[in-house]
Amino acid sequence: MTSIERDRVIISSPAPTYEIEIEAPSPRMIMRRRALTHPGFLFGATVVLATVIIALCAPLLTPYDPYAQDLSQRLIPPVLAAKGSWAHLLGTDAMGRDYLTRLMYGARISLTIGFGAAALAGIIGTSLGLIGGYFGGWVDSVVMYCVNVKLALPGILVALSLIEVFGGSVFSVTLILGVLFWDRFIVVTRSVTQQTRVADYVTAAEAVGASRFRIILGEVLPNVLNHIIVIASLEMAVAILVEAALSFLGLGIRPPTPSWGLMISEGRNFMFFQPYLVAVPGIAILVLVVAINMLGDGIRDITAPEGRN
Amino acid sequence: MSRFLIHRALIALLVAITVSIIGFTLLRLSGDLASALAGDTATQEQIAQTAHLYGLDRPLSIQYFDWVWKALHGDLGRSLFTNEPVTYLIGQRIGVTAQLSVMALTFALLIAIPLGVVAATRPNSWIDRFSLGLAVLGQGMPNFWFGLILIIVFGVSLRWLPISGTDHFSNFIMPTITLGTSVMPAIMRLTRTGMLDALDSDYIRTARAKGLSTRSVLFKHALRNAILPVVSLTAVSLGFLLGGSVIVESVFALNGIGFLAFQSILRTDFPVVQSIVVFVSFCYILLTLVSDMINAYLDPRIRLG
Amino acid sequence: MSQRQEVLQVEGLSVAIDTPGGTLRAVSDVDLHVGRGETLCIVGESGCGKTITSLGIMGLLPRRARLSVKRLELEGRDLARLSGKERAALRGDRMAMIFQDPMTSLNPVYTIGNQMEEIYVRHGKGNQKQARERAEYLLHKVGISAATSRLGQYPHQLSGGLRQRAMVAMTLMCDPTLIIADEPTTALDVTIQAQILHLLDDLQRELHMALILITHDLGVVARMADRVVVMYAGQVVETGTAEEIFAAPRHPYTRGLLDCIPIPGKTRPGAPLGSIPGIVPSLLGPLESCQFRNRCPQAFADCAKAPVPLRETSPGRADRCLLPLGAPAQPRRASEALGAAE
Repeated sequence: MTSIERDRVIISSPAPTYEIEIEAPSPRMIMRRRALTHPGFLFGATVVLATVIIALCAPLLTPYDPYAQDLSQRLIPPVLAAKGSWAHLLGTDAMGRDYLTRLMYGARISLTIGFGAAALAGIIGTSLGLIGGYFGGWVDSVVMYCVNVKLALPGILVALSLIEVFGGSVFSVTLILGVLFWDRFIVVTRSVTQQTRVADYVTAAEAVGASRFRIILGEVLPNVLNHIIVIASLEMAVAILVEAALSFLGLGIRPPTPSWGLMISEGRNFMFFQPYLVAVPGIAILVLVVAINMLGDGIRDITAPEGRN
Repeated sequence: MSRFLIHRALIALLVAITVSIIGFTLLRLSGDLASALAGDTATQEQIAQTAHLYGLDRPLSIQYFDWVWKALHGDLGRSLFTNEPVTYLIGQRIGVTAQLSVMALTFALLIAIPLGVVAATRPNSWIDRFSLGLAVLGQGMPNFWFGLILIIVFGVSLRWLPISGTDHFSNFIMPTITLGTSVMPAIMRLTRTGMLDALDSDYIRTARAKGLSTRSVLFKHALRNAILPVVSLTAVSLGFLLGGSVIVESVFALNGIGFLAFQSILRTDFPVVQSIVVFVSFCYILLTLVSDMINAYLDPRIRLG
Repeated sequence: MSQRQEVLQVEGLSVAIDTPGGTLRAVSDVDLHVGRGETLCIVGESGCGKTITSLGIMGLLPRRARLSVKRLELEGRDLARLSGKERAALRGDRMAMIFQDPMTSLNPVYTIGNQMEEIYVRHGKGNQKQARERAEYLLHKVGISAATSRLGQYPHQLSGGLRQRAMVAMTLMCDPTLIIADEPTTALDVTIQAQILHLLDDLQRELHMALILITHDLGVVARMADRVVVMYAGQVVETGTAEEIFAAPRHPYTRGLLDCIPIPGKTRPGAPLGSIPGIVPSLLGPLESCQFRNRCPQAFADCAKAPVPLRETSPGRADRCLLPLGAPAQPRRASEALGAAE
């Protein structure tokens, strides 16, 4: 059982025959090969995977409790600085909590909200995009109208208002962000759906009498899946950045939960003398977001490089 | 083309109305705005008094139309906190936000477009990789954090720039850089992609076949085509900057409408919040309309049908 | 054919393209020449290197492509030694090119007039006003009525046939001695095709420029060609006058091409048309054998042993085959000839 298809071309003529064998690798093999040689994808995947593992195994990786305050140990700089110690690799914050530990637990917040918001936005956006792209006409106009309304609204201000009204917990923040970021999903899904819709195999399915629901799920969705994954990763990165900003402003995750944005906000008061309090969580956000973006770009390159040169 | 524009204008109007409704209802979604305003310890009677005082006991639709009617006459209500007219408050602060946004956008364009063009003419060179790396960094960095880092480095350690206030031009340098780096990557990427596509096209091949100079091929022929989507993105980015300035204004203590909106949200100062949300949205809608018009003008295929 | 009549002389032109999979032999050792008032057709299927050859002559190869040539002269001027700038100065002026798809070959955001006038001004032939007059004159000459209003129109406002006529007019702005037309009619309707070819024919009769016509359509060749160069897999496989090629093709590939189309007077009514089985060989790596052997009905062992040289049997008549069709009985090489299919 091999995943390689072999084509054989035989030229027949009065003269001796020549056999040419052409190996055509399956699409999966092509993608795997591309994936393993794409530096952006590898970097992104490694970092994201590492972050997920750290977030999941945080209790195993660190002896400290992210919420345990110890005022005798406050504001110790990271190990490489003058007054640092190996007991606290990244130092402690103003409440004496180990920074590295809080960073690790903070990864949970970022990943959960990022993933959750992207998933929710993806479901909403993809559904609307499929419907609008497939049915066209006034249905499509309504979908585009929704997109235009969403785009006109100032996202941050709306998010801030909603959090003020509904409170800031991981759940509510995820929900609110998910409800605010579906526009890119719609645009891409709609356009791919429109293109797929006029493809012959869809017309064939319609002719046979397949229900529209089945056609959308069975024929159109698989085509769109690649694009959705790419957009989802990009939106996840955006969600993480926005959550950090909201928490920084104080209208996001509430203390003492270790959200990275919140850590930066808490460190702000001390930033002139203990800049690491601000620098460290920011770098964590930067690295994770860049990794997710590169992962998304990498997936796009691997699954559909025809779009690029 | 005018049919096309009228069509767009009508849609814009519809969107504007919807946005006004949404902006209006934002802070009321908790169900009871009056209790929020009256405070945690208020009695039922006090809550009812509060509700009556701000007209919150009337049906929602009445409140909405009343607000719209007054707004069309230039009255956006008064801030619950300072009792000043909202129009006055916005007018006082819009200058800062507008100045910041325009400066940030200009900064972004001055970097993004040249970089995008050069990167496209030398694909896979060091400058191409550098520009892409810059874009990745710009898109990945939380801009409030970047602002803080700038403050630490340039405001404190090096003491080159002032870290707060709005009286002097130099106050705007770090906020401009911070805000500019958030919109720069998308513009650069779009310019680069647009130029790559243009340079790969048949009409550029024709231009070269005619023996035109490199400068003419690049700027007269390629860029002119590549720039069309960038114009749209620029207009949209300006709208985005106006709405998203709250973070940078907070970091640098700038008194713009973003910061005002933020404070008002915290204080449940609903007249201010709903007005700012709607105002920013309207600016965005207007900007997209303007960008459609510019696009239609720049692209003869749209202009002449 | 005396040398001084030759507008273009090409000897040993090769183009190599670096790809991740290796070096592609896009064009190998091509010779050709065209004289004043002469039409040379380069025929071959897609990917045979005819377009790359013309781009190489014009100096329009993409960055990844490397050109090497023994001789490349335009009106006696050595093009190979020129710098990029000097080459650019000749393009559009002494040599011009028409491309396949007039819709995408014209810049959509500038008027026809603008795109025509800029050539004139750029090559220092005159000022804006003179350029405009010449453009108007040429539009008229190619059969576009209402030339003045057409000048102010944009490409998308013209029909396909008009666009291609405008492109022809555009190439004539500086009165070049050589025009290369790359599949100028392929993207057009059949009726328009005839008009464009007729136009090119008339213009050549009047202006005596050398015309290289690249095509895969033998009908076009029959209509227009004085001489023909047949290309396959980056190589020239046969050259000759149009009569010679059609009446007595020597290379099996040429014969195969002719068998594929119905030729009035030759093809038996009701008989099936031929086809050439197989696909073009890979162009990666060095040349090691006859490139056509895998599809050739008369290939034999020697065809695989070494590259086949181009042999000139009489001035202007050459072929690249060990067993040329219609040749005398013994094959050119070795004794292992098997029965040659005819």
